Amino acid sequence: MAAALRLEDVRISIGGRQLVALDARIAPGEVLTVMGPSGSGKSTLLAFVAGFLDRSFDASGRVLLGEAEVSRLPAEARRMGLLFQDPMLFPHLSVAGNLLFGVRSGTLQRRERVEAALASAGLDGFGERDPATLSGGQQARVALLRVLLSEPRALLLDEPFAKLDQELRGEIRSFVFERARREGLPTLLVTHDPADAVAAGGSVVTLGT
Amino acid sequence: MADGARRNRSSVAIIVRPPRLSDRLLAAAPAVAVGLLCLPILAGLAGVVLPSLGYLPALGGTTVSLEPWRQLLAEPGLQRSVLVSLFSGLTTGAVALVIVFLFLAGAADTRADRLMRRAISPLLSVPHAAAAFGFAFLIAPSGLFVRLLSPWATGWQRPPDLLIVNDPWGLAMMAGLVQKEIPFLLLMCLSALPQIDAARRMAVSRSLGYRPVAAWLKTVAPALYPLVRLPVYAVIAYSSSVVDVALILGPSNPAPLSVAVVKWLSDPDLSRRYVASAGALLQLGVTVAALVIWRMAELAIARATRPWLENGSRSLADRGLALVGRLGVGAAVLASALGLASLAVWSIAGLWRFPDLLPRSFTLERWGQASTLAGPLAATVLIGLVSTAVSMSTVVAALENELRRGRSAGPRALQILYLPLVVPPVAFLFGLVIAAETTGLRPGFWPIVLGHIVFVLPYVYLSLAEAYRRLDPRWSMIAASLGASPDSTFLRVRLPMLLSPCLTAFAVGFAVSVGQYLATQLLGAGRVATLTTEAVALSTGGDRRVIGVLALAQSLLPAVMFAVAVGVPRLIWRNRRLMRGRA
Repeated sequence: MAAALRLEDVRISIGGRQLVALDARIAPGEVLTVMGPSGSGKSTLLAFVAGFLDRSFDASGRVLLGEAEVSRLPAEARRMGLLFQDPMLFPHLSVAGNLLFGVRSGTLQRRERVEAALASAGLDGFGERDPATLSGGQQARVALLRVLLSEPRALLLDEPFAKLDQELRGEIRSFVFERARREGLPTLLVTHDPADAVAAGGSVVTLGT
Repeated sequence: MADGARRNRSSVAIIVRPPRLSDRLLAAAPAVAVGLLCLPILAGLAGVVLPSLGYLPALGGTTVSLEPWRQLLAEPGLQRSVLVSLFSGLTTGAVALVIVFLFLAGAADTRADRLMRRAISPLLSVPHAAAAFGFAFLIAPSGLFVRLLSPWATGWQRPPDLLIVNDPWGLAMMAGLVQKEIPFLLLMCLSALPQIDAARRMAVSRSLGYRPVAAWLKTVAPALYPLVRLPVYAVIAYSSSVVDVALILGPSNPAPLSVAVVKWLSDPDLSRRYVASAGALLQLGVTVAALVIWRMAELAIARATRPWLENGSRSLADRGLALVGRLGVGAAVLASALGLASLAVWSIAGLWRFPDLLPRSFTLERWGQASTLAGPLAATVLIGLVSTAVSMSTVVAALENELRRGRSAGPRALQILYLPLVVPPVAFLFGLVIAAETTGLRPGFWPIVLGHIVFVLPYVYLSLAEAYRRLDPRWSMIAASLGASPDSTFLRVRLPMLLSPCLTAFAVGFAVSVGQYLATQLLGAGRVATLTTEAVALSTGGDRRVIGVLALAQSLLPAVMFAVAVGVPRLIWRNRRLMRGRA
């Protein structure tokens, strides 16, 4: 079921200046950490893999899940779970509404799955809450649950721990990595925090040097 | 090797999706918007060119000549009409802009300042005609000001025989326009200020020892002006060609050019339409001339003030200038509020003798004549809702198209948007009537709606575009990565998150439609009565109580819509803290 995420000879440049040149394979349950200072093209790489690259960039190369090429698919068909620094919980929906947004339509027992997901993260009974009333850590966990409920094939993490307090950061980090490993998701992590790379435990690529 | 290179090149395209119907519909939206704005204006201008040269087969004019222009130039008082129109455009623009700039330059975070800022949005929604009536009720010889001072200060026992309203040089008209345009320019400036990082400019220059007003005028004003230039041009064009305000407050014999043109073209003698056509083009010329003069003044001022910007002087009659700005904006706000109050009092006044400050008795009789009010009210609401709904759908589709293609409309789009705000309505609406007649389109509801859209759409766009573009793109990315299609993301994420600005834009558009006089009058051939046309029709010698009712009802309609725009999101998002903070 779980397939590796392959970045095949990916090159991204803007105005003739090359930002990214990467060839990598991320096995199911493994994390590849991409590091580099701001402006080095880390987020651009994520945008390319997720399908949001701005048209001002020139990109070549392929993204594959197992044997299937996804880089020709529109973003919504790629099944790349995305996490940003901010939890980005939709402010007009309840916590459950956010999670239901993640569950694919046609899935059986959608509400039950949402309840179970909340319970698994120690958030029982939070469903009807306004996401704005949750603590930072709770919001981060809901954001990850939402991604997992959408049944992604890979995870793309854009400095997801950067805005968390020091003590919370370790907790959320292990929450995310542990879930990704358990679900066998290949994970691409972009960060400038070396501690993230250490916690991820996979190989590390540095851009912009 | 060669194979690999080809494959790489072919995979450059990132999002390959068979074009959906919705995408194709959206792609047409910008063209539809441009068409809705430009076609009526161009057709209208074209529609008056031939008649102004004597060619109008429908009236038997089949030869081309300069006779209409000769007749126009021979019209008594034409020179005065032209001068008043020109002068009104330039004066209103200059006075309103100077007051707004001085107010912002001297702005402190005092209570009075905050109150004034909060007052401008509601005042902006008051239709021009209602504001003009309110102003007339204030300054007329039997108006509130004279009553306040009589008889103890003036000794007047009866209204003085003075031509305050409708004075021959249009000063009352200009004052009324300044009062109405100050809130507009102030709002435009306030929304442009964050773009130029005004707070930091002020911090830098004040730390260099500049007093606040000098600091603002030297470092903020030069950057701010280019951002509000188009709104300023709109004010000048509007004030040089306005019809309803001129009918209420302006001189009558000779009247400002725009009013004279309307008089000629509604003359029972149809042959006057040739002169009217020439007059419509002359009006276009007068407005263009006002803008050209203004532009030259801009350049001259930029040149003349350059040495002053760099001369290092750190203060500039700070207190005096700040006071001028504050008094100006304060007077505009106060006059508008008192004007509305006057309308309200007149609408329920029973016996009201001069110089009593308030009526002796009150009556709801005029409001009770609902049957006469109901028709115009229904027409106003219906026209407003339909024209705003069409404008709104077009604007949202255009913005959504822009977002999906990742390309934003350039400065040219903004110029097209301002076209209807700069071309005088008299100049193209009459031509539009002629053009419609030749294509067999009968005057009535739909031509009126199309005419209103020309004015409503730009304001809807200006009011919504910023909020649409400012929405964090990551919301759409998150939704797509969770598997939502672009259409689904629009319906389930973008539209709900932008509910509040959408409703505000709708209310703005509705207010613009409610305020339209000339488009309704001309494109409905005078047969469709709205609150505005009914009120303006009473401007000369009408019953003040009826005017009070009509003008107040006209002001209440947009107010109701703005209340909905504020109230509905509050109700829907009462349990969503972050949504309540969204403007």
